[in-house]
Amino acid sequence: MDFSKDPELEQVRSEAEKLAAAFDDEYWSEHDEKHEFPWDFYNAFASRGWIGIVVPEKYGGAGLGVMHAATLLTSVAGSAGAMNAASSLHLSIWGMGPVIHHGSEEMKERYLPPTATGELHVSFGVTEDDAGTDTSRIRTFAAADGDDFVVNGKKVWNTKAQQAQKVLLLARTTPREECKRRFDGLTLFLADLDRAHCEIREIPKLGRNAVNSNELFIQDLPVSRSDVVGEVGRGFYHILDGLNPERITIAAEAVGIGRRALAVATRYAKERIVFDRPIGKNQAIAHPLADSSSELDAAELLWQKAAWTYDAREPVGGLANSAKLRAGEASFRACDRALQTLGGFGYAREYHVERYWRESRLMRLAPVSQEMALNYIAEHVLGLPRSY
Amino acid sequence: MKILVCLKQVPHKDARLEASGGWIDEGGIKFEINQYDTYALEEALRIKDAGEAEVVVATIGPDRTSQALRTALGMGADRAIQIWDDSLSGADSLTIAKLLAAAAKDESFDLVLMGLMSDDANNSLTGPMLAELLGLPHTTGAMKIELSDGKAQVERELEGGSLQVVDLPLPCLITVQTGLNEVRYASLKGIMQAKKKPLDKKGISDLGLDAAAVASKVTVDKLYVPTKGEGAEILEGSAGEVAQQLVGKIKELGLL
Ligand SMILES: Cc1cc2nc3c(=O)[nH]c(=O)nc-3n(C[C@H](O)[C@H](O)[C@H](O)COP(=O)(O)OP(=O)(O)OC[C@H]3O[C@@H](n4cnc5c(N)ncnc54)[C@H](O)[C@@H]3O)c2cc1C
Repeated sequence: MDFSKDPELEQVRSEAEKLAAAFDDEYWSEHDEKHEFPWDFYNAFASRGWIGIVVPEKYGGAGLGVMHAATLLTSVAGSAGAMNAASSLHLSIWGMGPVIHHGSEEMKERYLPPTATGELHVSFGVTEDDAGTDTSRIRTFAAADGDDFVVNGKKVWNTKAQQAQKVLLLARTTPREECKRRFDGLTLFLADLDRAHCEIREIPKLGRNAVNSNELFIQDLPVSRSDVVGEVGRGFYHILDGLNPERITIAAEAVGIGRRALAVATRYAKERIVFDRPIGKNQAIAHPLADSSSELDAAELLWQKAAWTYDAREPVGGLANSAKLRAGEASFRACDRALQTLGGFGYAREYHVERYWRESRLMRLAPVSQEMALNYIAEHVLGLPRSY
Repeated sequence: MKILVCLKQVPHKDARLEASGGWIDEGGIKFEINQYDTYALEEALRIKDAGEAEVVVATIGPDRTSQALRTALGMGADRAIQIWDDSLSGADSLTIAKLLAAAAKDESFDLVLMGLMSDDANNSLTGPMLAELLGLPHTTGAMKIELSDGKAQVERELEGGSLQVVDLPLPCLITVQTGLNEVRYASLKGIMQAKKKPLDKKGISDLGLDAAAVASKVTVDKLYVPTKGEGAEILEGSAGEVAQQLVGKIKELGLL
């Protein structure tokens, strides 16, 4: 077993940290409060090629793996920007995964170069309110119209739809009842987010408000056959292999925020004097922080092993879900304990820990809930009967 | 144009001192390129961007310092030289200057750039010593550098904020102040190209030197943070009143 540091990864980490550090807590709380997309931050990373980190070199990217992308995003999430910062890049980095793996050559040549430079913004449209986690129940329908399609339906939680020119849209092309398997008959489209046919409404939410998530009402949206990603009817399977890298990266981001909150709390615990002593001298303050430090270390090892496993092209479902589960818990606990350490000031906007706390809470819900990660481990790692 | 940038890897400012008081506790801390040197590197890269130049970076330090060189390569330097031997631990400025001079002497650099001082040791010695050993004209604390017709025009900051402008013929050595430019961030492409660029590791004998010739003469006795003194008294009032009180105190304590 070799845990020595890889020089290139170290450089990814230190450069990402340096660049992210140019955007401070004030920048982020302002963008969060005003619900403004962090363009300066995004462009700083895009112009230096970071968005293309996993896009193959042939299409203008760097062609690196999950280990590198997750290292980039854990460093970014560990900055003052926390999830606002990570999500603004995350979506551009992973959104086009299905196109990289299943798109036609023509589609790749057309859309991957502007993805790598960060010019093309794509929203991910899978979730629907009536279906929830059971994606087989989505109702957005793409009806054949000659060679092409016309889409009608409604999506929820489309992150960054406000900025996106395109949406990766999962829609039924064959009704569920007519399919042999429940996940058949779904097709993935790289559709224009044409405002004449799509209404986008931001969902007011607890946190990460510099990056919007939206409801998307789709009415008679024309989509050409050349915009089908992969095969008609196989859309669900095409998004499936992008889920593990995304979970691994989310785990890395969760660890990043946790470390940020822990660092703020640790500094505060050293400086804040109450009863004539720094509060960090009280073990009731020190031990939870030490425990979180260790929990974050453990979660980091898990996501790194998962990333290594994925990049080595070995099966990674169990590890990816484990990493997401553990990192989500460790991250939120670290943020919650950080908030507690700051006492009343933890609750005040001025100290920013409440912002990290609100954002870190998301890591237990999305892109997959902790319960569904546990379901996966129960069924696929332990071989227990499926419960639903 | 061939430019040498000498850089040092220094501990991040959050580093803590070792219990024994000899050096800092290196466990788990971050190292970075000495701030002053990043400006020297940026200046070299700007000269390269504006015309033709080869930028070579050199450092003296253990394995970990190759990270600093890789960072420089990622930012755009062309090749790197790392010099080390375990006997060099705690080397003084003259030793460092001798090693750099040995590495540079056969390369005929047109320009040698480096930071005015290092963030950790604050000596400001290596640059001038290296210039002397190489027989190069030099100046320190550059705020602005302009190259034309085989000479460098350098603006230096003096005490009290006044500026001095000096001309030096090339080849020469210039140490730079922070803030002389805006240091770039490496791009992802730059980082990926960096691994293909040469990084030569050299020992003392590779430079045609022997350990005795580069033995340090200065040793660090002790490194400590002064403990806060007790009994400071803040005098309050108008300037005149404070002066009165101060004179009283000085007399009272028999200091004059
Ligand atoms: C900020 C944010 C951004 C998002 N961005 C996107 C996006 O860009 N694109 C996109 O498509 N989606 C996005 N999502 C959606 C996200 O993926 C879903 O919210 C998530 O998959 C859960 O679906 P749901 O909210 O409908 O929960 P539901 O499926 O309704 O589940 C509700 C609760 O019941 C639990 N539950 C359900 N079934 C089971 C079971 N069988 N066993 C145990 N527990 C169960 C769940 O774990 C959860 O706790 C985003 C969500 C958020 C909050």
